Amino acid sequence: MTTVETPMGYGSMRRKEDARFIRGRGTYVDDVTLPGMLYGAVLRSPFAHARIVSIDTKAAEAHPKVRAVITGAILDGLKLAWMPTLSYDTQAVLATDKVRFQGQEVAFVVAEDRYAARDALELIDVEYEPLPAVVDARRALDPDAPVIRDDKDGKTDNHIFDWSSGDKDATDRVFSEAEVVVTQDVLYPRVHPAPLETCGAIADFDKVTGKLTIWCNTQAPHAHRTVYAMVAGLPEHKIRIISPDIGGGFGNKVGIYPGYVCAVVGSIVTGRPVKWMEDRSENLMSTSFARDYHMRGEIAATRDGKIRAVRVSVIADHGAFNGTAQPTKFPAGFFHVFTGSYDLEAAHCAVTGVYTNKAPGGVAYACSFRVTEAAYLIERMVDVLAYELGTDPAALRMRNLLRPEQFPYPSPTGWEYDSGDYPRALALAMDIAGYDDLRAEQAAQRERWAAGEVGGTLMGVGISFFTEAVGAGPRKHMDILGLGMADGAELRVHPTGKAVLRISVQSQGQGHETTYAQIVAEELGISPDDIEVVHGDTDQTPFGLGTYGSRSTPVSGAATAVVARKVRERARIVAGAMLEVSPEDLEWEKGRWFVRGDPDQGRTITEIALAAHSSLELPEGVEGHLDATTVYNPPNLTFPFGAYICVVDVDPGTGRVKVRRFVAVDDCGVRINPMIVEGQVHGGLADGIGMALMELIAFDPDGNCLGASFMDYLLPTSMECPSWELGATVTPSPHHPIGAKGVGESATVGSPAAVVNAVLDALKPFGVRHADMPLTPAAVWRAIQGAPLRTDLAIG
Amino acid sequence: MRVTLTVNGERRELEVEARRTLADALRENCRLTGTHLACEHGVCGACTVLVDGEAVRSCLMFAVQCDGREVRTVEGLAGADGTPHPLQEAFSAEHALQCGFCTPGFLMLAAGALQEDPSIADDPDRLRELLTSNLCRCTGYESIRRAVTRAAGELAGGAS
Repeated sequence: MTTVETPMGYGSMRRKEDARFIRGRGTYVDDVTLPGMLYGAVLRSPFAHARIVSIDTKAAEAHPKVRAVITGAILDGLKLAWMPTLSYDTQAVLATDKVRFQGQEVAFVVAEDRYAARDALELIDVEYEPLPAVVDARRALDPDAPVIRDDKDGKTDNHIFDWSSGDKDATDRVFSEAEVVVTQDVLYPRVHPAPLETCGAIADFDKVTGKLTIWCNTQAPHAHRTVYAMVAGLPEHKIRIISPDIGGGFGNKVGIYPGYVCAVVGSIVTGRPVKWMEDRSENLMSTSFARDYHMRGEIAATRDGKIRAVRVSVIADHGAFNGTAQPTKFPAGFFHVFTGSYDLEAAHCAVTGVYTNKAPGGVAYACSFRVTEAAYLIERMVDVLAYELGTDPAALRMRNLLRPEQFPYPSPTGWEYDSGDYPRALALAMDIAGYDDLRAEQAAQRERWAAGEVGGTLMGVGISFFTEAVGAGPRKHMDILGLGMADGAELRVHPTGKAVLRISVQSQGQGHETTYAQIVAEELGISPDDIEVVHGDTDQTPFGLGTYGSRSTPVSGAATAVVARKVRERARIVAGAMLEVSPEDLEWEKGRWFVRGDPDQGRTITEIALAAHSSLELPEGVEGHLDATTVYNPPNLTFPFGAYICVVDVDPGTGRVKVRRFVAVDDCGVRINPMIVEGQVHGGLADGIGMALMELIAFDPDGNCLGASFMDYLLPTSMECPSWELGATVTPSPHHPIGAKGVGESATVGSPAAVVNAVLDALKPFGVRHADMPLTPAAVWRAIQGAPLRTDLAIG
Repeated sequence: MRVTLTVNGERRELEVEARRTLADALRENCRLTGTHLACEHGVCGACTVLVDGEAVRSCLMFAVQCDGREVRTVEGLAGADGTPHPLQEAFSAEHALQCGFCTPGFLMLAAGALQEDPSIADDPDRLRELLTSNLCRCTGYESIRRAVTRAAGELAGGAS
C-alpha cells in the first residue's frame, strides 16, 4: 500500500545500530560501571504540599555502607538547593522549606550499592506539616487557593504567565457576525512520555584534573553541559557529557533533574563516581509529564460549513515549578499553530500558565512544543462543528483545507507554512480506508440499531488532518535559556576515503547512525558503510541544541548535507589540481569529479581524499585534507502534515473501544530512509491510541499521584494496536537542503484526535458530542449515560 | 548465599544476598547487561530471560530461586560462531527495534514461545496475545509481529 516517491539514494537500508542492540550489546547508562562507583537514591515526599519541620539523617549516616547523605540544607550551603529551569523559573533540587508535589526530592543517599542506598532511605526521618494542596488547575487562581511558590518574593497567587497570539479584535469581529458558533471545553490530560529506560546519570568528578564527566541519557548533551557550567559555576571546558545509547526519550530526557545534580554533588563530596538511576515510579511521579491543557475552543462558521475563525483560551497546568522546555519567546510552545490546516479569516488564543501541587515539566512526549495540544483541539473542534451542522467530517475538512497554491502560507498567528498539498493527502487516506464503504457500512449498522437490534458494537470513523511545526528553529526567534537553536556538524574524510561525521544531536532510537550516514553517502557518493557517525559526547562533537521537537532532520540533517557539500567543493579544488584543470571546468556525478566534455578524465572522492593528504601541491583555497565544519541555522520551521483515519468498534454495554483499523498518510517531505520513517509513524500511532484510550496521570483531592506504575499508567500493548495502514505523499520543504521535514512526532501529534473522533462518531446515536481522553471503558460508558467523567481528577 | 547458575551454557558460582533479583545478578554479578530493567514491577517484560527454557521476568525472580538451573539471556541467543539467531536477524530486517531497550526482552519472550510451540506464529491472534506480555514504546508492535512471524518461518524451514 505504501508508495514513497523518490526516497534518498540508499532508501530503506537496514540500521547500523541493530547489530549491537539485537545482541544485547548496547551501552545504556545503567550498563556503565566505573571503578569505585557508588550508588545514589532519592528520598521523596509522600505529600503533595507540606512544610518540612525537620529532617533527621543520623541513622542513615550510621549505616555501614552509606558514604554520604545530602539534604536541602547541605545544598543550600553550596548555593545548590535551587536550580534554574529551562523556562527561567527555579526548581528545588532538594526541598528546604516545603515540598510542593508528591514525589518531590527531599534527600539523597550515596552508598556502596543500590540495595544499601535504598535501605538507608528508610532510615531518614522527616517530619512534615501537611498543607492543603492545589490539585485542580481550573481553581489554581481562586483567591483562596493556597500559594505554592511562597519561596518567590512577593508571590501571592499561583499565576505563572499570560500569553496570547493572533488578532483578538479581528477574531471577535468575525465571531460577532458569524452564522454559526460552536464552543467546546476540551481537556488534554496529563500524560507521561514513559520511555522504557528511565532517567539516570553517573557523575564522575576528578579532583586532580578538575574534570567533571557526566554519563547521562540526555537528548541534549551540549545544552546540559552549558547549563551545568552556569548552575554549578564549573568551567565549561572541564565538563564532559557522555550520552550513550538511550532507551527512548520522547522528550522525557531533555531537562536536568534534581537526581543528576545530586549525583554530581555526591561525586564531589565522596571523590568517587556516583550513579543514580530512577525507578519506574520515580519516573512517572517526578520527571517531566506532558500536556495538562484545559482548553476552551470556539469555531465561527457559515451555515454551509465554511470555517471563518477560531478562538481559544487555555489554562495550562505547569505543576509546582515551571520546568517546561519551550523556546524562550513562546511560553506555550508552538500552540499557536492551532489554526491547523485550514484557511481562516482570523484566529486568537490566550494561554494562562498556573502552578499546581503536581510534578513539574511539560516538556515532553513527542509533542513538538505543544503542537499536539493544538492539533488535537482544532481537529476535535472541526468534528464538533460537523456534529452541529450535520455534515460529514471528511467533506467539511476537504472544503476548508488550505489549497496547494496558497503555499507558502502565512497563518493568522504568524507562521509561514513552507509547503503542502493537503487535499491530495486527505484524498489518499480516504482512498486507502475505503471511506465511502465505511460510511455505508455504518449507515446500515445504525439503521439496524435504530430498528431495535440489541447487542453488538457500534462502529465509528474518525478523521484527523494535522499540520506539524518542527525543526526549531531560526535562532533569532528561538532559543532555550539564551542558547540559539542551531546545530553544528563536522565531517572528516580520512586519506582512504572513509569518513567520520560528528553531530550535536543524539538519537534515542531514531537511527541517526544510519540516516546521517545515508545523507553523507548521498552527497559524497560513498557507501554509508564507510561513514561513522559520532554523537552523544560533548568532547567529540560540535555544539548544538539536541534532539527533541522533531528537530534532528530539519536542523542537524540539514547541517549534515551542508557540511558534506562543503567537503565536495573542497574535493573539486583538489581534483582540479590533480587533473591540471580549473575547478570550474569540472562536473560532479555521484562520487566523482570529471572534466566537462571528457568524462574519462575524472577522480573519485577516495582518490581525491588520498591526494588531499599527499605531497600534491595544493592550490589556493585548500590547506590540506577535505575536512569541513558548519553550523546550520534554519531559515524557517518545516511543516510536515498528514491525514489519518481511524475505525473503531465500541461496545455500548461495557464502553470498551476496539481499534479496528488505522490509516495514516504522512507527508514529511523527502524521506531519507522510508523504513525508519514508517517505524517512527508506527510508534507515534501507538502513542496516540495510548493517550486517546488509556494513558493518564490523575490525582486525588490530596494531590496523590494515581499513575505511578505501569499497573496504573497503562501503555498500549500489541493487543490495542492494529496493523497500521500507511500511505505517503512527498511535498519537499523548499528551504531544507534535501527537502526533508522531520517526522518523529507527526503521528503522536495527529493520531489522538482520529481515535477520539472515531469513538465520538460511534457514540453519535446517543447524542454524545464530546468526551475527554482517555476514553477508558468507564469514560465511554459514563458519556453514554450523559454524565461524562472529568478524567484528570479522581474526584466524585 | 552461594548459588550456582548455568548462564548461556557457562557455569557461574555467585555469592548473593537472598533478596538479590535474578536481573541484578545477571547484570551486575555476571556483567551481562543485555537484560534490561524498565519497571521492576513485572509489567513491561524488558527483563525477560529463559529459565530452564521458560520465559520469566528476571526482576520478579530471586537469584537464589535459580540455583542449579539453566538461564539463557540475549547474549546467549546467537550461535557459538556469532551468527545471529533467526529472531535477531528478523528483528533487524523488519525494523522491529528502535531504541533497542525492550528488544532483548521481546527476543527472549519469542525465543521461549517458538521453542515451546513453533505454530504460535501461524495464528495472528495467539501471536498478538503472546506479545502483550511485553511493552514497547517505539515500534507500535506491528514490526515485532512481522519479525516473529518471519523468524518462525526461518526456523521451520531450517528444521525441515
